[in-house]
Amino acid sequence: MQPINEMKLEFLSRSSNEAFARVAAAAFVSQLDPTLEELADIKTSVSEAVTNCIIHGYENGDGYIKMSCMLYENSAEITVSDQGRGIDDIEMARQPLYTSKPELERSGMGFTVMETFMDEIKIISEPGMGTTIKMFKRFSPK
Amino acid sequence: MQVKFSSRGSTLIVAIYGEMDHHSAEYIREKVDGEMMKSTTKNVVFDFSRVTFMDSSGIGVIMGRYKNIQKLNGKAVIANVNSQVKRIFEMSGLLRIMPVYDNIDTAVSSM
Repeated sequence: MQPINEMKLEFLSRSSNEAFARVAAAAFVSQLDPTLEELADIKTSVSEAVTNCIIHGYENGDGYIKMSCMLYENSAEITVSDQGRGIDDIEMARQPLYTSKPELERSGMGFTVMETFMDEIKIISEPGMGTTIKMFKRFSPK
Repeated sequence: MQVKFSSRGSTLIVAIYGEMDHHSAEYIREKVDGEMMKSTTKNVVFDFSRVTFMDSSGIGVIMGRYKNIQKLNGKAVIANVNSQVKRIFEMSGLLRIMPVYDNIDTAVSSM
């Protein structure tokens, strides 16, 4: 599958960049003329992925988050990655309501939201090596 | 992001304005907890009519407030959620413990 367009962004792991990242991703994906609900799915999933980089990847310290987006005829693939601490147990992290940081009032629903709102999600992570999340979304045919 | 408070009888109405994410979570938490400390009301309605976006950080904030209010023997309910917010609440199972109402009036009279 050949992408018809592509973008890459890199930004600091500041919580104020969560809104920037989801709005940027939604603006780029808008080229495919998705429905409002599909756009909300993208915004929410990107927000979850970027928040994970900030809280879990860099544990609120400074680091860079990379986001890229490939557009296809009727679908998009968004990749969000950090070079932070990585995930010790990916299966555990995917469990609904599981959080490694309950003291921060985290709901443990981040991955569940991404899995529900996107069509496919891939988590590539190793302790100490950072985390990459690849999310794929198909849009309803026009 | 803004949080506005009003009260109706023994119910505190917390109107949240803007986007609820990890960035705004701390602000909302501090505002609501601060108001709860000085307020004499024990029941709370969270008014979502002006929430334009919410991710799972919002669930954490509401769940946390719900637990605090319950400890003080109060009730907490939600009103005026849009479909995006509702899907996230449903996913988390929060709606099994916190009722959602279509408007403030029915939310207040449920207390």
